[in-house]
Parts: sequence; structure tokens; C-alpha cells
Amino acid sequence: MIDAPLLSINDLSVSYAIGNERARAVDGLSLTLGAGQRLGIVGESGSGKSTLALALMRLHKPPAMIDSGQILLGGTDILRLDQGALRKFRWSEVALIPQGAMNALNPVIKVREQMADTIRAHRRDMSARDINKRIDELLVRVGLSTSVAGLYPHELSGGMKQRVCIALAIVLEPKLIIADEPTSALDVVVQRVVIETLKDVQAQIGAAMIMIGHDMGLMAQSVDHLAVMYAGRLVDQAPIREFFRRPLHPYSQLLISSLPSPDETRPLAGIPGMQPSLLDLPAGCAFHPRCPLVQPICREVMPPLETVEPHRRVACHVVAEAYNVRA
Amino acid sequence: MSWSYVLRRIAMFFAVVLCAVTVNFIVPRLAPGDPTAAVLEQLLSRGQQVEGAADIVAAYRARFGLDDPMIVQYLRYVGNTLTLDLGTSISYFPQSVTSQILTALPWTIGLLAISTVIAFGLGSVVGALLAWPGSPHFVRSFAPFLMVLSAIPYYLLALIVLYVLAIWPGWFPLGGAYSGSAPSFSLNGLLDLLYHGFLPGLSIVLAGVGFWALGMRGAMIGVLGEDYLTLAEGKGLSPRRIFFGYAMRNALLPQVTSLAIALGTAASGSVLVEVAFNYPGIGYLLFNALKSSDYFLIQGVAFFLVLTVALSVLVLDLIYPLLDPRIRRQ
Repeated sequence: MIDAPLLSINDLSVSYAIGNERARAVDGLSLTLGAGQRLGIVGESGSGKSTLALALMRLHKPPAMIDSGQILLGGTDILRLDQGALRKFRWSEVALIPQGAMNALNPVIKVREQMADTIRAHRRDMSARDINKRIDELLVRVGLSTSVAGLYPHELSGGMKQRVCIALAIVLEPKLIIADEPTSALDVVVQRVVIETLKDVQAQIGAAMIMIGHDMGLMAQSVDHLAVMYAGRLVDQAPIREFFRRPLHPYSQLLISSLPSPDETRPLAGIPGMQPSLLDLPAGCAFHPRCPLVQPICREVMPPLETVEPHRRVACHVVAEAYNVRA
Repeated sequence: MSWSYVLRRIAMFFAVVLCAVTVNFIVPRLAPGDPTAAVLEQLLSRGQQVEGAADIVAAYRARFGLDDPMIVQYLRYVGNTLTLDLGTSISYFPQSVTSQILTALPWTIGLLAISTVIAFGLGSVVGALLAWPGSPHFVRSFAPFLMVLSAIPYYLLALIVLYVLAIWPGWFPLGGAYSGSAPSFSLNGLLDLLYHGFLPGLSIVLAGVGFWALGMRGAMIGVLGEDYLTLAEGKGLSPRRIFFGYAMRNALLPQVTSLAIALGTAASGSVLVEVAFNYPGIGYLLFNALKSSDYFLIQGVAFFLVLTVALSVLVLDLIYPLLDPRIRRQ
């Protein structure tokens, strides 16, 4: 996207061992992200987006396993770090706002201590007074009162917990924040406010952000670029305005036409069919059984992800032909 | 923690005790046999001449109030129990049941409380390590061994321990709690107590450690799947901090509940350990009381056992909110 990307993921594959088979949850995924940029990743449940989020911090647990690829963040190859270096890297370089922030906080430890232990783990020389000052400042920055520090997680509302998680994410001013469905457990009003807070603090510290979710409306307000995952593969990537104005991949087109619109009255349209099982992917393009534009070649050859316009990449035979990018 | 919470817990404690007293009163009276007749039979069987046996039975029944209507016996029993007057032991006549129990109680508390707490601590740490992905491989091999241990009853373990460490090599005494006729309160006396208490303690620890380890392992596996553990790892905390502050701290909560109940029931649960080692505790006392149909002593011991369970649950209710902040606001 820009000259020296902050993050570049090259041909990353992550799979889950199921019996003797391996389900590729992330399959040969490559993307780059510039400093301060916001990238949204959308996809159906099981499309591999959360697996990708965890793999970026190497937080995936067996049976998940990174098969191949490279993750470079600011020049550091994350997959080659040893345990000690990995521990230092986590949170100081990449922070996570986990899916279901409801259970993301330790129920028996006060908020202050859960933030303080993170600082202490990375900044050995910081005094207790400075740590407390920093925590108070962060809580205020995400719109909470400093008294929240003295509370236990169960004493907070869902929105407050999510704000604590945001404050926690920026405690070490990381270069990248990964937000895995940061608002999925919140009601619509609180969602908006929390997303605004998240965008504000992200912009203040100048971190890049990867936001994972399936709420297209939320994405439209929150990110600069959008990437679509289907059955473990990146199938479409575009600047957010372009994506909504003129979606290219048939799956993206269907996603957008399935959004309810306040202007026109029409029955809600879904996408017929189901996402295929990762253990039993159809030959060729994984989307072809559901695709309205399906061609014979789609049933046989997997379409590669190709740059069709500046900043736009699509994995689709039909689109590639229309743009005539293929010989 | 509010005062009403504390008061409610204490009221619950007394309700449980009253129920126990009632059951305690009824159950022995449903059993066949007559306590005075039982004592007489004992005397007769030893070849002693007892003249006017019927008169003696009648006199004793009158003395212990066994001829009064049930309701009078019951009310008297409740009143006496609540003032800790548990009557007079029949087999150790004229000693009071309370004095018998108070003599035996320190032994049982010393032996069982300490062994149970050791088993709890050891088992919880081992169980946590069994589930912890970062623990060395040989720890995993403990699991089947612990399952076997938890399946063997206390008394069988006691007999095995007794044979392997006392009878065969003669390293430890065969039974009793101290050498000589009374325990002495010197350093040597203390070492002597430890020397005698080691084997019974060991069998209780061995029998308990498997239970605690398996319980902890289960709780730990549950906690390891929680989001806050993923986040703790993501935060770059040291494995030690994650293990103790995040994983074990949370997995211990259900264990502590079991501990209170285990401490209460340990006394009754290890009657046979005390019997196997001739250890002069509550279990041994109960065993002898059962043998001689000593109503009052049986009731007294049973009452004390219920009291210990109710007391430990009360103590748990009062300290649990300190361990789990979620309980505090109710």
C-alpha cells in the first residue's frame, strides 16, 4: 500500500489438525499494512479471520499450527522469535482487543492490577507511582473515571469492560492494534461510542489497526481499507469507499446487496448456500457453488489474488477477465 | 461483605446444627438393642456375676431418662446439646461425653487438619501442573498414578503404608500417638508426636492428593480456555505470573469449596485410619463407641462431626467473598 509497510504478511497458512486431516483456516494469505492505517477484515464465521488475528501474535493454540509463511512487523520476523523475545514483542509491538471482551479480564483481579502487571512485564524500571499515573491517564483517555481502576471486572458494564480493554491495548503504545470483533457483545448505541473511542486513541498514538468483524456498517465507519476472507483465503481487498461504491468480487457484491437500505423498500437478500467445510473444499474457486457468475474455469482452477487497480486486489476469474489482467 | 450477609450465614449455621441434633436424636433410637442391656451383656460375657440384672437395667434406664416420653427426651436432648452437655458416656462411665470428645479432638484436628491441608496444597499444585502446557513432560506421567491413588480407600492405603514402612522395615511405630503414657511438651515430645503421626498422616495425604490433583486439573483445563488467559499471554506476562495470578488463582476457587467440606468430613472419613494406627482421635473414639453401643458417645461424636462440617462451611462462606470478588455483592 505504501513504500515501507509496517506489517507485511507473506503467504501465511494456518491449519487445524482434525484427526488425520488438516483444515486450512488461513490459506496462503498475503497483505501489507502501512503505519497508522486501518484495515478491516470481514468474512463469515469460520472464514479464518480470528485465526489470522491470533496467529499475528502467535497466540494460536494447538491444534492450530502455522504451516508456512512470514509475518514481518517493522522488520521483525514474528515467526522466528524465541519465547523470551516473543514475550517482549507481544503487547509492546502488537496489542489485542479480544473477541468477547466480556471474559477478557481476569475476574479476581482489580482493573488497576491487570493494567499494572502488563506495564511491569515490559518496563522494569517504571516506578509504581508512574505506573499508577499512567493507568489513570489512560482510563480518562478512553472516557472512564479513574475510580474504575479500583473495581473488579464484574462491577463494570459491557461497554466499560470494552473501554478498559482499549485502555489496556494502548498501555505500551503498540505499533499495531488487532481488534477482533471488538463490539460484538455490545448494543448498537454503545458499539458506536466504543468504536469512536477506539479510533481516537488509535489515531492519537499513531498505531495501525486491524479490525476484524462481520458488521459491514461498522466497517464502513471505521476503516480505510477492507479485506474479505472466504474459506481461509483473501478474495477481495479495496479502499473502503471504492469497495462500497463498486464492489468487484461476486461475493463482495452479494455482501453489499444483502445490507438493508433505508432508502428503498425491498425484501432482505441473503447469499444462498453455505460456506463450504474447510475439510472438503470444492475444486477451483471455493465460492463457485454459490456464485451467480460462475464459469466453467471456476470449477477447475483456483483464481489467484490479482491487482486489478491500484490498491485493489481480487481473486476471481470473471473479474480478472473483465480487467483483462490475464494473458 | 455486609452484616446481613454474615448474620444470614450464622443463622444458617444454627439451622443446620438444629437439624443435625434432631436427626442425631432419632437415628440411634431406631437401631435395635438397648444400651444398658448391652453393657450388662458385656459384663456377663466376661464371666462376671450380675445379680438382679433386671433391677440394674431399670435403674440405669431411669438414671439416663430412657423411660421418659420421646418428646421430653428430645427437648432435654436439644437443650443439653446446645449447652454442650452431651451426657455421660455409658462405656466410660462416669466420664462425660464432652470430656471424652475434648480429649480426642486435638489429636484428630492435629492429624487430619494438617494432613488434609498438605494433601490439598500438594494436590492442587500437581493438578495445576498436570493441565499446564508449559510443565515438563514427566509431570504428565503422574496422572494415572494419581488416579490409582485417589481410587484406593484410606484404610487400605493405611494398611499398605503400615506394612511397608512399619511392620516390614521397622522404621516407624505400629500405632499410638506418642511414646510412654502421656505426651510431653518438650522438643523431644514434639518430635515423638511427629514420628508417630507421620504414617497415619502419610496415608491420609496419599489418599487425598489424587482427589485434589484431579479436581484441580479439571478446573485448570476450564480456566486455560478462558479469554483472559489468551489475553494474559498476549500481554507478554511471564509464564509464572500467568500460572499463579491468572490460571491457578481462578482454578483454585472451586477447590476451596471442596476443601471446607473435606475438612469437615475428614474426621469421619478417616475413622478407619485412626483405628488402623490406634490413633487416639475422634474416629477411634467413635469406633469404640459403636462397638459398645454407647448411645450418648455415638450421638456426641456424630454431633461434633456435623458441627465441624457446619463450622467449616460457615468459615468458608465468610472467607470465600475475599477470594472471589464476584460473591461479595449479593
